Amino acid sequence: MANTQSMCTSFMSQLMLGEHQLGTATLVSRTSLTSPTTDTLKAALYLASATMDASATVYTATGEVSGTGYTAGGVTVTNATAPTSTNTSATAGVAFFTPSASITYTSVTLTTAFDAVLLYNSTQSNKAISVHTFGSQTITAGTFTLTMPANTTAAALIRLATT
Amino acid sequence: MLVTTTKGDMDDSLLEKRDGTVDNDNELTTWVEYWLEGELVHRSAHVTLKKTATLTSSVASF
Repeated sequence: MANTQSMCTSFMSQLMLGEHQLGTATLVSRTSLTSPTTDTLKAALYLASATMDASATVYTATGEVSGTGYTAGGVTVTNATAPTSTNTSATAGVAFFTPSASITYTSVTLTTAFDAVLLYNSTQSNKAISVHTFGSQTITAGTFTLTMPANTTAAALIRLATT
Repeated sequence: MLVTTTKGDMDDSLLEKRDGTVDNDNELTTWVEYWLEGELVHRSAHVTLKKTATLTSSVASF
């Protein structure tokens, strides 16, 4: 059993269905034709012994970390930057999105090793977006911070690219 | 400097500090630990993700 970094497969079809509103509210939401809304994204941590990968469809508590100061479901992700797209040639381009702030779990004690975070859309029935892995960590009366990569065509946390 | 520990806030002068860095293709991680008489009383970590989740798409030709 292991966690694997990947975009969740179900997220891809949900993009085509318009089920996710990432970043600032720039589109008319599915529930209101007059007041655009932004979905709330959350980030949950998973034990190194869990199996979190592209097959994840929704947030699950199975395999999630637990400990002092950690709330099941994780923390809300700051989601203030709209996705961006740019053409790299006549036939290729990249769309990309990165949360606009670090993801921080403060004053937690997580004594069992964890090595993955699931990004998911809590507004849309906790639908899974992507899994990101890192070296195993434990936290003792401390803070765990995930700093986002630069929000660029090459480095953004989530990229959709044509070639 | 006060450090939050399993035994409450403590002055860092009373504690043994250990820290380290992991830098590879996937992440840049820094961590810091504080030990009191052989017991781990604080550990924090800071991970900077480097790899992206990428979907590569294509369209079919007629």
